[in-house]
Amino acid sequence: MGLRTGTFQENYAQDMAIFRSRMRWGMLLALLIFLFICPLFFSDRILTIMTMIGIALVSVHGLNILTGYCGQISIGHAGFMAVGGYTSAILCAKLGFPFWVALPCGGLAAGIAGLIFGLPSLKIKGFYLIMATIAAQFIIIWIIIQLRSITGGTDGLSVPRPSIGSINLSSKSNYFYLVMVFACLATITAHNIVRTRAGRAFIAIRDNDLAAEVMGVSLWSYKLQAFFIGCVYAGVAVSLLVHYIRFASTDQFPFMDSVWYLGMLIVGGMGSTTGAIFGVVALKLLDELVTIVGPILAAAVAPQTAASLALMSHGLVIIIFLIFEPRGLHHRWEIIKAYFRLWPFSHEVSD
Amino acid sequence: MTFFLQLVLTGFAQGMVYALIAIGFVIILKCSEVFNIAQGHFVMIGGYLAYTFLVPCGLPMWAALLLAIAVAIVMGLLIERLMLRPMVGQPVLAVVMMTIALATVLSGLATLLWGAQYKTYYGLLPTITVKVGAVSIPSESLIGLIVSVICVVMLMLLFRFTKIGLAMRATAEDLQVVQSVGIKATTVYAVSWVIACVVGVIGGILLGGVSGANMELANIGLKAFAVVLLGGLDSIGGAIVAGIILGMLENVAAGYLDPLLPGGGLAQVFPFIVMIIVLIFRPNGLFGLSRIERV
Repeated sequence: MGLRTGTFQENYAQDMAIFRSRMRWGMLLALLIFLFICPLFFSDRILTIMTMIGIALVSVHGLNILTGYCGQISIGHAGFMAVGGYTSAILCAKLGFPFWVALPCGGLAAGIAGLIFGLPSLKIKGFYLIMATIAAQFIIIWIIIQLRSITGGTDGLSVPRPSIGSINLSSKSNYFYLVMVFACLATITAHNIVRTRAGRAFIAIRDNDLAAEVMGVSLWSYKLQAFFIGCVYAGVAVSLLVHYIRFASTDQFPFMDSVWYLGMLIVGGMGSTTGAIFGVVALKLLDELVTIVGPILAAAVAPQTAASLALMSHGLVIIIFLIFEPRGLHHRWEIIKAYFRLWPFSHEVSD
Repeated sequence: MTFFLQLVLTGFAQGMVYALIAIGFVIILKCSEVFNIAQGHFVMIGGYLAYTFLVPCGLPMWAALLLAIAVAIVMGLLIERLMLRPMVGQPVLAVVMMTIALATVLSGLATLLWGAQYKTYYGLLPTITVKVGAVSIPSESLIGLIVSVICVVMLMLLFRFTKIGLAMRATAEDLQVVQSVGIKATTVYAVSWVIACVVGVIGGILLGGVSGANMELANIGLKAFAVVLLGGLDSIGGAIVAGIILGMLENVAAGYLDPLLPGGGLAQVFPFIVMIIVLIFRPNGLFGLSRIERV
């Protein structure tokens, strides 16, 4: 992390500032204004895509804290999301809770599910933890299907129209605002959580858990905290999702979704908030490209090419990134920024 | 009692096939410390290959088997060289994601080539009927059992009596020592992937003969994980014992408990319950090497 020549940090507040200069603040403001005038001139389809990106972003921020910062690999994220989604859906549909109560409850439920399945992480790590989280995914979905009387089993559950007070959120643009507020909040809190004491503990555990424990970082407490925080994000994201689609079914939480969330982190760059944003946007746009190109290919070559393209493109993107850019788009972005910052010189003294 | 025996015997034969697939997983894990999530997808490809060679090509059984194995060998070599070689020394997550990506690409390929459809070659495998008392053992299970036993014995012989087998065992023991005495670790990796592909494909041919070749066959890989976890990640003998145990337990549990549960489908989730229990109470499995490590 370099600074532009002639920029000096003179006190602690400056050093810790996320947005250092007036220009950065200006750029942030421009981005926010852009986001909030989007519904005025974009079509419903683009708004839907952006809403989906926002929802995925909230979820991936959670996974980023859990896997990217704390190093606890979870391939059961969609399973934890299912817990949150169903809780929120049941609270609204069966018990008549208002939307704004159901949303945090969904997050809390997912967090508790994360705590339960995070418990083995105290004894196991690496591949064993991966298997435990994969098992969590399948067990959670199975339990949801078994509890037919509450969850509707395989038929799914329809969710009433979301509203906060008298504001009706069922229109695409209203919901877009809501999701964007949550996406921005999630980004800010995620970026700040990893700058706190807990965040530094997460990074220490990721880099070397033994050393971290010797330094006095309580693995027991911080690993569970990471699971809880990561899954709360997932739960909030999925509550947004089920209220947007106004339907909850187990098909919304397939195992492969858990994998794609990790894939987004790899493409974007693990352990970086910017990376999570890059990854989500890149893979979601790839999805859109596939849905556009797929039918064309299917018509031109053979009907199954569309489904095949979706699978192959995702797999190949992850393979290519793992081999050629394991640190993700975020790393590439830093290189580009450094190039312009240093121009016309080609090297930085340190780093 | 007959019902119980029937379940146990079917489970035993099915467990042997699980064990065969799990062995492919264990071999890769032991030799190169790669957790191969795509093992189940080799099985799926195996089923589809057998269908292709038996039904549209109309080849006899032995030719189809040989051709499928040849394809598996090429597949193993390509996968190792193109995807896993750059991953040597990378963190666990990167390697696991690579094998997941491989699994996705294999699914994509199967979708492209066979249209993700259900293809059956039922009745084309040879049949043997044996009756033990009142219990008749299904022919497919018996064939599966015989082929699995042959494969396992051949692998045991390979490890015990050949030079490459010795090299593989040595690599599993200590990579640095192996490299310093001049054994090419990359050859060992390549051979381990080839073996994994071949046993996966053979397992696929057997299972495909029973249930038809379809995309669901890939899920068998997830059962293989439960098998290896139960048996201990680095133990081939453990994989065999655990495979049989899991096959039997699964059949018995599904046979008796499925009628009681509204949604059924216990057989699908059973391996994962076993997995969680093993992970919590005995992470090294039944026969795994226990590493002394305090976290």
